[in-house]
Amino acid sequence: MTQPLPHDDAKHDGSKRHSLECMLWAGTGLLWTVVGGVPRSALIGSAQAQTPGGGFSFAQVSDSHLGFSTPLYSDVAATTAEAIAQLKSGPAPSLVLHTGDVTHLSRPAEFDAAQQIFGTSGLEIHYVPGEHDVIDDDGKGFYERFGRGAGPAGWYSFDAGGVHFIGLNNVMNLRAGGLGQLGAEQLRFLEQDLRDRSASLPIVLFAHIPLWTVHAPWGWGTQDAEQALGLLARFGSVTILNGHIHQIIQKVEGQIAFHTARSTAFPQPAPGSTPSPGPVRDLPAGRLHSVLGVTRISRVEGRAPLAIIDTPLGA
Amino acid sequence: MTAKPWCRRSLIAGWGIVLAFSAKRTEAATATIVIDDYLFMPAELRVSIGTTVVWENRDSSPHNVLSVADPRVFRSRAMATGERFEFTFAAPGTYGYFCGLHPHMQGFVVVE
Ligand SMILES: [Cu+2]
Repeated sequence: MTQPLPHDDAKHDGSKRHSLECMLWAGTGLLWTVVGGVPRSALIGSAQAQTPGGGFSFAQVSDSHLGFSTPLYSDVAATTAEAIAQLKSGPAPSLVLHTGDVTHLSRPAEFDAAQQIFGTSGLEIHYVPGEHDVIDDDGKGFYERFGRGAGPAGWYSFDAGGVHFIGLNNVMNLRAGGLGQLGAEQLRFLEQDLRDRSASLPIVLFAHIPLWTVHAPWGWGTQDAEQALGLLARFGSVTILNGHIHQIIQKVEGQIAFHTARSTAFPQPAPGSTPSPGPVRDLPAGRLHSVLGVTRISRVEGRAPLAIIDTPLGA
Repeated sequence: MTAKPWCRRSLIAGWGIVLAFSAKRTEAATATIVIDDYLFMPAELRVSIGTTVVWENRDSSPHNVLSVADPRVFRSRAMATGERFEFTFAAPGTYGYFCGLHPHMQGFVVVE
């Protein structure tokens, strides 16, 4: 049984957001509830990994990297299809968020493969792009196929199940040595989008690159995330879902809960644990299904908490 | 399982030698920058005017090459494993570049 690393959940003062450091979590499953603004987390066994309660639930899928292939990760289309099948085998989520890197190289055949797997799934899927989806054409191919509901620059919001969802794009115009960025125009959109909303409305914000600095030397963070978080500070329940780093890392800062998802294609090393962030090279045989997976999130009715469960594709 | 990191480390030591060698002024008309394990090697390359620099991606991950200048002096498409990009430097100067997919990957070419 893996153990979570020591962390400081629920001890943060909501008024202080000065140290957005990373927190590692290594586990087979994670149940995470936010009750009355006080987040709590607990490791759960896979036997318990079921959507708690009834009502509204949604799922997160990330980093399918269709088109990627190495001997160790030789069929990412198959593992991604497995992830979708797993989602459909349980209580069907009301909707699915794909947090980017749908494809590996933004190539037409890869977008076709994505439509084959996601488009025919029967699931309602909302996408934001990863940097691998906007290569060479500034995202034109991606937005044509997966930009439904989004403006031309890829950001949008919608309401479902009593939750306000906001999809952001932090993968454009990355600068040398820099992190992800939202940019002034997108921050203005966020400000206007939130302005007239009640502070008691649960917010789920999703974007590809983490909105806190997980590991700056690898570019795992968003340089103007602080400004976005400032706009969210008055809300009582904020859940931020990201991908990009192909592993589960979660953190709680005041009323804001951060969570990154596993990939459905290949795992990446823990921040700074190897010379480069390239795919894990020494994965023991037979462990692939334990390092790929999906995330389910439920809104537990009545108390406005969200519960998050990460489920690997297998043990 | 434990052999791999050591294997990796010795490779990196090998690249160090390549870097020291290539950092010397290159008189040939072409010079190569190898991309592997999220690194440009050598990260600093000195060439004479008229040299064609070839970036070759040997990594399992895709990378591209974007000059940092505004407007950009050169810009490759994303290179999958085994793909290359070349640019001929006609004017002296220091040309910084980076990977648009992994912006922490940086290098520069000095043209003299
Ligand atoms: Cu790169």
